Amino acid sequence: MPAATIPATGDLLRPGAGGPGAGDGSFGGDGDGGRRPSPRARQTHRLGIWLGLASVTMLFLGLTSAFIVREKLGGEWAEFAMPPLLVVNTLVLLASSAALERSKRALAGIVPSGARPAVSGVEVPPAYNTWLLAAVALGLLFLVGQAVAWQQLSARGIYLSTNPHSSFFYTLTGMHGLHLLGGLVALGYLTAWRGRLPLLALRRRTEATAIYWHFMDGLWVYLLLLLFVWK
Amino acid sequence: MPLALAFFFWAMALITVALFIARVWWLPELASAHGGAIDDQLVLTLVLAGIVFFLAQAALGYFIWRFRARGSERASYWHENPKMEVTWTVATAILFIGLGIQGNRVWAKYILTQAPPDAVTVEVTGQQFAWNMRYAGADGKFGRTDPKLINDANANFLGLDEADPAAHDDVLTQNLMAIPVNRPIGVILRAKDVTHSFYVPQLRVKQDAVPGMGIRVTFTATKTGEFEIACAELCGMQHYKMRGRLLVMSDADYEKWLKDRAAAQ
Amino acid sequence: MAGHAAVMEAPTGFIRKYIFSIDHKVIGIQYLLLALFAVFLGMVLSAFMRLRLAWPEEKWPLLQQIFPQGFAGGPMTPEFYLAMMTMHGTIMVFFVLTTAPLSGFGNYFLPIQVGARDMAFPILNMLSFWITFVAMAVMVMALFATGGAPIAGWTSYAPLSALGQVAGPGLGAGQTLWIVSIAIFCVASLLTSLNFLTTTLNLRARGMSLLRMPLTVWAWFTTAMLALLAFPVLLAGGILLLLDRVGGTSFFIPGGLVVSDQLIPHQGGSPLLWQHLFWFFGHPEVYIAILPGMGVTSHILSTFARKPVFAYKAMVGAIFAIGFISYIVWGHHMFMSGMSPFSSMAFSITTLAVGVPSAIKTFNWLATLWGGQIRFTSSMLYALGFVSLFVSGGVTGMLLAQPAVDVALHDTYFVVAHFHIIMGVAAIFGIFAGLHFWFPKMFGRMMDERLGKIHFWITIAGVYAIFMPMHYLGVAGALRRYAQLTEFDFLRPMQPLHQFITVAAFVTIAAQLIFVFNFFYSMFKGKRAGANPWEATTLEWIIPSPPPHDNFGPIEPVVNHGPYEYSVPGAAKDHIMQTAPAEEARR
Ligand code: HEM
Ligand SMILES: [Cu+2]
Ligand SMILES: [Cu+2]
Repeated sequence: MPAATIPATGDLLRPGAGGPGAGDGSFGGDGDGGRRPSPRARQTHRLGIWLGLASVTMLFLGLTSAFIVREKLGGEWAEFAMPPLLVVNTLVLLASSAALERSKRALAGIVPSGARPAVSGVEVPPAYNTWLLAAVALGLLFLVGQAVAWQQLSARGIYLSTNPHSSFFYTLTGMHGLHLLGGLVALGYLTAWRGRLPLLALRRRTEATAIYWHFMDGLWVYLLLLLFVWK
Repeated sequence: MPLALAFFFWAMALITVALFIARVWWLPELASAHGGAIDDQLVLTLVLAGIVFFLAQAALGYFIWRFRARGSERASYWHENPKMEVTWTVATAILFIGLGIQGNRVWAKYILTQAPPDAVTVEVTGQQFAWNMRYAGADGKFGRTDPKLINDANANFLGLDEADPAAHDDVLTQNLMAIPVNRPIGVILRAKDVTHSFYVPQLRVKQDAVPGMGIRVTFTATKTGEFEIACAELCGMQHYKMRGRLLVMSDADYEKWLKDRAAAQ
Repeated sequence: MAGHAAVMEAPTGFIRKYIFSIDHKVIGIQYLLLALFAVFLGMVLSAFMRLRLAWPEEKWPLLQQIFPQGFAGGPMTPEFYLAMMTMHGTIMVFFVLTTAPLSGFGNYFLPIQVGARDMAFPILNMLSFWITFVAMAVMVMALFATGGAPIAGWTSYAPLSALGQVAGPGLGAGQTLWIVSIAIFCVASLLTSLNFLTTTLNLRARGMSLLRMPLTVWAWFTTAMLALLAFPVLLAGGILLLLDRVGGTSFFIPGGLVVSDQLIPHQGGSPLLWQHLFWFFGHPEVYIAILPGMGVTSHILSTFARKPVFAYKAMVGAIFAIGFISYIVWGHHMFMSGMSPFSSMAFSITTLAVGVPSAIKTFNWLATLWGGQIRFTSSMLYALGFVSLFVSGGVTGMLLAQPAVDVALHDTYFVVAHFHIIMGVAAIFGIFAGLHFWFPKMFGRMMDERLGKIHFWITIAGVYAIFMPMHYLGVAGALRRYAQLTEFDFLRPMQPLHQFITVAAFVTIAAQLIFVFNFFYSMFKGKRAGANPWEATTLEWIIPSPPPHDNFGPIEPVVNHGPYEYSVPGAAKDHIMQTAPAEEARR
């Protein structure tokens, strides 16, 4: 793990937390739009993404609580078996995550020399490109796979409003899909801008996207367990 | 300015409290057995809240006046007093939690009371914008209902299934409920369409009627007379005039009333 | 650190500067203007309500010409009343009380007060505003929807809100737009709060330890935490509700419903589930509305009493305690809902527990005044008004927190009085206090003190005249959300009081024009303000009014003192700036 890491919470309580970097951080934190990057920017990105994920967690906890309450009411809760395609989709999503991780690591090795980070248009290592594109492709494939799974289910006569279980299935997978779409936009941004961003900025953004993307894996597995295993 | 503001807070607090004490507007006259405890708890809390309210406003007014800026004097640098802080924290905690426990006892006694077997049972079903009452009749059993059979035009508001023998002697009324005085009444609350709330101010009874649920409330009326049943949960356009009449009568009158209704049906 | 000023170039074009600006200060003002528009809309709607409540049968030919449907036949129709009520509540809670105190002031002053040059994610910040703007636009569309504006109240209880037009006017397109708007608003609020939290944690200036942050920052920080975790739950509920309406699902709609003699083809949902999801959000939401006001009040009381805030650490602790406990009290809105009576008991205790930190704050405010040298600026008057209102609205919570007492008071005007005083008017007073306090910083000019004071007096007298009597109505059983209170024998005698309230409301509403005049007049014609007109100590007062694009220009703020060092014995002046050299205190 390179340079700046998150200080222990004890540090936060001390005056001058973050040391001299703190002043720099005030530039919008992020090194955006040609502003000078700062050591704290990386932390800021991570913190931001984790806070965002906390709120995603609450969204799905809200839906989960609805799921549990609704299931307890029971009645016509007609559970259907998990479509086998979902197993394949799961593997695709995990693979996409792994690819993004590889691409992130391709950047980690590079020690920015004095001039480099500030300059736009530094070349990015080829491994970064390859794995990034793989992650995007696999992510897209997952979404296509999900669409096919929906298709298969509706061909079996299982629709959104068929029974509570199917309602939750479509709602939860749909919401997850929407979040993935957001992640794909971020990945698309990285793909398009990778040649033009300062190296440090690219690294921060890749890291943040990777955190989000991995989280979506975990969320997906959780949803599968909730929908088809939890009882 | 400081004195005017101080006076304003004092006057406001005085008038507010005075109008409560004078009871110009007050709780509707009590007519149920459990309501006494509710009223007592309400008054107790109101008195305590009133004292806190009055003292706080009075202090605020007094401080405003007393500590107005005077020339170039410096304010005191007093900004801590752990002993005081702990004292008022503990005091409020005791006051609030004490009230909570006491209040919960009143609540438990009211809400956990089950209707005894000899209680009069009335099923009350809310709909937009009327109350449907049903008595089980001589057999003591409610007949089967089915939403598919509901037909307001034919006055089958509850979808009573005539094929069920238990349904034949059910007594149905709309916006009219009769109960005997001094006997426990068990009401089963239902709703046909949206959530309503069964509210009889004098009885200190208020309970939502939620579609898909059958919620029970138990009470004993202690005064005869006619009361109003209001809806206390927004249920649509005419929520404000979803009015039912409640007749509390002697046991004998009640039996007679029920018989007459059954015969008329 | 030279050259900072050059790093952040101020945009020059009008659009980049004022419309799609990423400057937190511009965004803050955008939020405030949005809230100003919303509060006026909300107030006008309340005037309609009060009109009907006082004179339900009266005909209004002039209004009939403007609203042929709303006044069909002469008097205001009940559905028009309910639509006004729903839109009033929604607009006030979401677009005024969430928007102004948190997103408005927070955006403008949180970065400055912690010594940052902008928010952590400026572009996200801009997006949050424009998403909020879209939400507002959709809400206004709901007001004009075919089939009428929604009538289900700001709580939109299912199944009334889930069934569509069959259940009544306004429940078709209007209700759908309502849900869509709220969902959009949720997203915007999440993004804003994420930005606030990151900025506070990561972008503080050197020396700005957490315990040197002004209480305003603590309040915004906690509020953002509440918003971040509460809005997603409302979003979840909103999505399910929308699916019930348009997707044929049955999350909240039970089976076998018959509405207007029509069998509804849904099955098995739970109306209480919506209430739980809504109030899990809804209770934190009321603290989202009031916490920033508490922060602002502490800040202003200290400034104008020329005294440090009493028990600063206890204040921080209390804000946190309130924030935390507010997640576990939501059931107090559901005592009569058919929820388990044992849950009611638990929620009753947690609710009373949240009263303890609230009381601590009040004590500390009073103690802050003790021994002070109070300067009665109009900003201070509003802050004192806040304390008074907070007490008046708070004590009635002791009654509503007990299920047994709530049997009598639930859904009556007692509740309307309670929440208007503590959440509505108190929060509005917090906004007024903040506006008068920070106006010189934001616009470089002073607001007119005379007009400010006249406005204060009419408003404080007015709001007490409007909302205090509602307690009596409530105890006597007057029900809320009633389009008129003359259909019941037990309600009719209270009509004169309703008329009194309406008159008071009209006067108060009219008096708000004084404020609007003062606001816009002072913006252009007010007396020029210096950098620190109030002799205050926090970071916003060390920079010019209005502040430059990157807030601190060439200065790199280094913080050496706590936020409220007033009247320090032995110090040269009666206030020590946070950035003053460390030895200042001893001089
Ligand atoms: C000029 C000042 C105001 C007046 C005269 C006023 C009046 C009213 C009236 C008459 C009602 C309807 C009561 C009912 O029928 O149940 C109401 C409801 C409401 N008001 Fe206000 N109000 C004012 C300011 C505010 C403010 C500042 C807020 C901010 C929180 C607010 C929030 C609400 C809410 C949330 C409701 C409930 C709506 C519902 O039941 O769905 N009001 N107000
Ligand atoms: Cu109703
Ligand atoms: Cu609450």
